[in-house]
Amino acid sequence: MNVTGEVGNFTITVKEHPRYVDMSKCIACGECAVKCPKKVNDSYNAGTGKRKAIYVKYPQAVPLKYQIDADNCIWLKKPGRCGACVKACPADAINFDAVEHIHEIEVGSVILSPGTSFFDPSDSGVYGYGEYPNVVTAMQLERYLSASGPTEGHLVRPSDGKPVRKMAFLQCVGSRDRNLCGNEYCSSVCCMYAVKEAVIAKDHVPGLEASVFYMDMRTHGKGFDEYYQRAKNESGVRFVRCRVNGVEPEGDNGDLRLHYVNEKGQQIEDYFDLVVLSVGLETPKPAMELAERVGIRLTSHNFAAVSDFAPVSTSRDGVFTCGTFSGPKDIPQSVVEGSAAAAVAAKVLSPVRHELARKKTFPAERDIMAEELRIGVFVCHCGSNIAGYVDVEAVADYSATLPGVVHVERNLFTCSQDTQDLMVRIIQENKLNRVVVAACTPRTHEQLFHETIRAAGLNEYLFEMANIRNQNSWVHTGDKAAATQKANDLTRMAVAKISWQGPLENVVVPITRRALVIGGGISGMAVALNLASQGFPVDLIERSKVLGGNGLHLHNTWSGENVPLRVAKMVDQIIWHDLVTVHMESEVIEAEGYVGNFRSIIKSRNGSELTIDHGVTVVTTGAKRFLPDEYGYQKYREVVSALEFDKLCEINDKHVRKSKSFVFIQCVGSRDSDHNYCSKVCCTHSVQSAIALKEEDSSRSVYILYRDMRTYGQRELLYRKARELGVVFVNYEIHGKPKVDKDEDGFIVEVWDHVLHRPLLIHADMIILAAAIIPSSGVKKLAQLYKVSLDGQGFFQEAHAKLRPVDFATDGLFVAGMAHYPKPVEESIAQALAASARAATLLSRDKMTLDGIKAEVDPEFCDGCALCVDVCPYHAITLLEKTDDKGDVHKLISINKAHCKGCGLCQGTCPKRGVSVAGFSLKQLESQVEAALAV
Amino acid sequence: MMKSKTIGSVLVVGGGITGMQSALDLANAGYYVYLVERSGAIGGAMAQLDKTFPTNDCSM
Repeated sequence: MNVTGEVGNFTITVKEHPRYVDMSKCIACGECAVKCPKKVNDSYNAGTGKRKAIYVKYPQAVPLKYQIDADNCIWLKKPGRCGACVKACPADAINFDAVEHIHEIEVGSVILSPGTSFFDPSDSGVYGYGEYPNVVTAMQLERYLSASGPTEGHLVRPSDGKPVRKMAFLQCVGSRDRNLCGNEYCSSVCCMYAVKEAVIAKDHVPGLEASVFYMDMRTHGKGFDEYYQRAKNESGVRFVRCRVNGVEPEGDNGDLRLHYVNEKGQQIEDYFDLVVLSVGLETPKPAMELAERVGIRLTSHNFAAVSDFAPVSTSRDGVFTCGTFSGPKDIPQSVVEGSAAAAVAAKVLSPVRHELARKKTFPAERDIMAEELRIGVFVCHCGSNIAGYVDVEAVADYSATLPGVVHVERNLFTCSQDTQDLMVRIIQENKLNRVVVAACTPRTHEQLFHETIRAAGLNEYLFEMANIRNQNSWVHTGDKAAATQKANDLTRMAVAKISWQGPLENVVVPITRRALVIGGGISGMAVALNLASQGFPVDLIERSKVLGGNGLHLHNTWSGENVPLRVAKMVDQIIWHDLVTVHMESEVIEAEGYVGNFRSIIKSRNGSELTIDHGVTVVTTGAKRFLPDEYGYQKYREVVSALEFDKLCEINDKHVRKSKSFVFIQCVGSRDSDHNYCSKVCCTHSVQSAIALKEEDSSRSVYILYRDMRTYGQRELLYRKARELGVVFVNYEIHGKPKVDKDEDGFIVEVWDHVLHRPLLIHADMIILAAAIIPSSGVKKLAQLYKVSLDGQGFFQEAHAKLRPVDFATDGLFVAGMAHYPKPVEESIAQALAASARAATLLSRDKMTLDGIKAEVDPEFCDGCALCVDVCPYHAITLLEKTDDKGDVHKLISINKAHCKGCGLCQGTCPKRGVSVAGFSLKQLESQVEAALAV
Repeated sequence: MMKSKTIGSVLVVGGGITGMQSALDLANAGYYVYLVERSGAIGGAMAQLDKTFPTNDCSM
């Protein structure tokens, strides 16, 4: 790949490697792989299993098309030698003559997301990896635990296939380790995956003993600490804070002996069936080469260099990065950055939005309401996938006898392009008004057939699939007669259901192309600025008298960037931007509406009210600091919180000047029974303050009393630097919190020393408390106004922890920054940019089309009992009261179709047949069940 | 010198969860997206995971 040009107008050369399988012909039947004689280590399974030289990466792969591994294919190595796949392929898809193609692409922006690789312990042979078969990496364990893995989820020892009874996880292999591999940073994800794998392994094998050997348990994300505690207290995973000295084989039966020093200082020897190395993340070599070709700067640890205030922008203008390329991170943060990169990439391109995007056009729909049933059934062979185990000819003959069916076809591959064209012709020639395809799964193919019948002038919902492959031929390979019978049954049910289906209309919702952003901190400003720069007007409301939020109290980001300067610049941009309207000292007092069509009333401190119509709502209300009630806080002026300490240092306060000994106490109000979560930023903050104290005067004594030092990612280098400067780190546990006593000379802090195994008494002149971050006040009211949820801790609840990290479950609402969970500046900004990218997917058009599978009320039966109102997860149902001519009041529900997702919970709950989902009416389901039973 | 024309398309290199998210958001906002993936299928490292932390959702 080669990149020339500049922002807005790049020319990229991309090399496409030959696949040797014609994608337009391959139907992923797998016959080729069955016949291929060449077995290869399967990298998808992290080398735990084998695949063939012709393969599909994994069963759910997209595109689901086979490819030939040129390095291992016998024919490609020596033409004429094999060719088994050519003979096996029923679709004539193999092409050994395929060559590479060079494409030249013109684009306005470039986004690099080459991802990560895992540290490979084989070269160093650390902990006997490569030598002892029962030492595996975490990714290998992941595959052993997976139902699609080499052992179908059965946890057995690689050496002898015996069930695993006792396993150990060794953390930080290839992370936080200068000596082994130079990866000094923390990989940020291994603690989480180890805890998860331990819990899942224990689920798979009752009675399994799982131990995790770690240095610091870094479960700092949202909901992570709770999971860690459940793993410890409910699943019974054992956590041992120590570095294991060595792994050795115990005899020759595959058992492994670990020796380590436990928390009590005892030398322990323990035996395990399986040892799992929690290997760290690193930048893969091809990604480094990519960086060089594109011309972007990498950090000393080979991650893409970015700024905390522009977390997805590389050193080259117009080239962006997201995900683990700019530093190790977990899935939610990677997904956030994926959206964030879209937001910044779109910034430059907004003037030419919609210029190149293409839209499909379809003919007008035929009105079929007055027509008699004319159902067409298409029975698919799927090569031999169905036809090999089902008598498809019999199924076709049987289908022709079903009521309403006027035409039946059999196709080798119903999904192939030529069959699609044929289907359009057949539908038109035979005036079919409903279509059933008996083939594979609607999950992958329904959309395709919807488009096919639309192309033939039919409403797309006049379509039904009978899954006679995944749910039939694939699972009944040994009994053709029964499988054929079942295919008949499934087809009969589909025909029965579609007979009662009429055309459905897609729901079209207009969009007000304006955003409301609630909260003018760093996140809120970042959202407003990005949306405005994409051309969308924004109303930004702020409760206080100043913009900047918690950013106003910070000095440096973790990497040392100056916060006040950057915040001042943002405020300036906000104030001067034509498209941003700032409403200071204002709060939302009323809100109504739905995606694309919100109406909020805001009230300012002087009492004036303003109504704002907006298409999207972004909540960036931030968080606030917890006021400690222990360690003598607010009793002694030398006991201060971290932010207060920053201020004292800034004004060169005499207490700081005079003090010779400083004690930082971590997790004050975090990770306890009141706030059962990690505040994420405090470890780094204290380490930075400690470094500053030491750098200013190395004779000062600086102690940090911590529970787990959570300097994740590249912050780990700060932790190392602090230790090198002589900052003393003392670990304490929740049941042995430090004790603070005042004496005439200052303070005595008593804490249990886990290295010396006796209490440590530290003299302190100043005590700095790393106070927790807690939800902002007023969030409950805001959550109620917009009908969004809060999590158990009082932060806003996103739609999905991994895949929709800035969306609310209700469409058109987004969250960013500390309103979602405590987080540092760069993560807040990434989330803010992500929220604006997500918002832009709506604001970029004047209307949106939603599918027609929505709940409908039958006013004849609905008596307004409202049972469905509570079960609806999308807040789509409201209870109305109607007064009839006689003056009687009737209750009735009403569905907001923009909110409804057609899940059917209302229909399942309704005792009166008062509500049903279009396309799944009770009549349809009934006839389907009747058809199932009618043999 | 005349400024070169702005092109309303984006190249995304890498079809893991992050690249797919970028591509989807851009396409849904009206830009043409080229998604380039080195291997034979998109999905990246997440597709190799059995379940995800902390919800134990299936990774697929």
